[in-house]
Amino acid sequence: MNYEANIGLEVHVQLKTKSKIFCGCPTIFGAPPNTHVCPVCLGYPGAMPAMNAAAVRLTVLSGLMLGCRINPYSKMDRKNYYYPDMPKNYQISQYDQPLCLGGGLEITRPDGSKKMIRLTRIHIEEDVGKNMHFASSSGIDFNRAGTPLMEIVTEPDMANADEALAFLEGLKEILRYGGISACNLEEGNLRCDVNSSVRPAGQAALGTKTELKNMNTFKGVHGALLHELARQIAEVQQGRRIRQETRRWDDAAGITLAMRSKEEAHDYRYFPEPDLLPIVLSQAQIDDWAKTLPELPEQRRARMIRDYGIPEYDAGVLAADRAVADYFEATAKHGKSAKAASNWIMTTVLAKLAGQHLTIGEVQITPAQLAGLINLVEAKTINMPTAKEVFELMFAQGGDAAEIVKARGLAQVSDAGAIEKLVDDAIAANPKVVADFKGGKEASLKFLVGQVMKLSQGKANPGLVNDLLRRKLA
Amino acid sequence: MTTPEHSASAKIDVRYVAHLARMHLSDDEVARLQPQLEQIVGYVRQLNELDVAGLEPTAHAIPAQNVFRADEIRPGLDHAVAMANAPQAREGQFIVPKIIE
Repeated sequence: MNYEANIGLEVHVQLKTKSKIFCGCPTIFGAPPNTHVCPVCLGYPGAMPAMNAAAVRLTVLSGLMLGCRINPYSKMDRKNYYYPDMPKNYQISQYDQPLCLGGGLEITRPDGSKKMIRLTRIHIEEDVGKNMHFASSSGIDFNRAGTPLMEIVTEPDMANADEALAFLEGLKEILRYGGISACNLEEGNLRCDVNSSVRPAGQAALGTKTELKNMNTFKGVHGALLHELARQIAEVQQGRRIRQETRRWDDAAGITLAMRSKEEAHDYRYFPEPDLLPIVLSQAQIDDWAKTLPELPEQRRARMIRDYGIPEYDAGVLAADRAVADYFEATAKHGKSAKAASNWIMTTVLAKLAGQHLTIGEVQITPAQLAGLINLVEAKTINMPTAKEVFELMFAQGGDAAEIVKARGLAQVSDAGAIEKLVDDAIAANPKVVADFKGGKEASLKFLVGQVMKLSQGKANPGLVNDLLRRKLA
Repeated sequence: MTTPEHSASAKIDVRYVAHLARMHLSDDEVARLQPQLEQIVGYVRQLNELDVAGLEPTAHAIPAQNVFRADEIRPGLDHAVAMANAPQAREGQFIVPKIIE
């Protein structure tokens, strides 16, 4: 029998705000434990939360980018449960009136086909603290408590691990574009719970689902789903029932393990948060925010192909990151060749950044300076090897390409007279190679070109050297 | 104040409510709290007699909305002050009984 799977995700995204959602403590990652805390995020009795306007705006912007309906009336609720990393014994979240409803994200499957993954809702809530485990006790750090999170809930529309991965990657791309979240997985900016079930192909009702909690890498989600769906199918094939339970992915062992079964259903006793007032959004307000939205990745790819005449592949690489796409467009506007700008950024700049674990924002070379370097190559003032050398200097200390070339005397020698002298020297110094070439060994010319380049300290115009050698040896 | 009818319809599971609140109650306490809690819930339940068919539910009693704070960092508590009430601390963290997932 064939089985089909249904996967739904609950993605928790850390919103890019300076301060926490209900207090003025900073959201900076990596501070010593319990140094970014105050009476509000430590849950002191009587401390009053105050809603961070930026958290609301960023969530609404996300909703607009994902095609959601923005709820004109939304409110906060208390979700009651006990856990040591949550000092108030309730989490402030949204229950029945979230900020955004519906919407969807179109994914591209590995075979290139498209599929719409529907969203159920997006709501805002506060993050909890972080716990660490010692031998006989646990330690709690509340720096993360109160960090603004947006929870994006999908319909169970994904059919396999690849689609779930494509959804997460597409979501990350859009959220980074919109400046909604840094989406830094190492810092826990994006975590998700994965619900999955299997059913015989054609059966209308969904199978019993299990939940994988707190996955914090995309690779983990993919690996866990491959295993979990195979496990569920094997169980059903052997006539066993799937138990509704929470499972944990053991990355090292490559298996999922049961954590707790839901025989005791959670009773969160949601009720309206009395300390926070409802959020009422007018269409005028929503429209104002919508004006600040950037072009989405898909639209940008299409426009870059159209406006700059670069290949689809290039547009895909450059547009995957908004900052890289901005850098490319600025370079292309200053330069003479958009394709050359694309080549330089894709091969040289991005490779260099990856090697040094830097982002495009940290590059010392401005787009105008990179365009200046490219233009020197296009004008044949310098050859490619020299350009790479100049690039290294610019990368290390910034600066203007033309000035570096001038100061270091790197300009390509295109003066036939000067090169002719070097060509003569190379011919005189290598009689055997010259004889080989004259005897029909074409490859020997390359060696001679190399010798002349060496004598010119890399500055000779290689095309000219080639021509002169051929003429003299004819 | 409370009619028998209200009490009868307000049957609640005291042990379950105590469990949700992480309270340990003795049998005597359960027996004593059962009628008290039912009386309280029964009293509030009188609201069910009101006809609210035409009314919008509301989360707040006051007609106010959109109270926001600008996204600005403000000083919080010094670490030492934050930890002052911790029964146990280690490496800057609050120590709690070992959490078992």
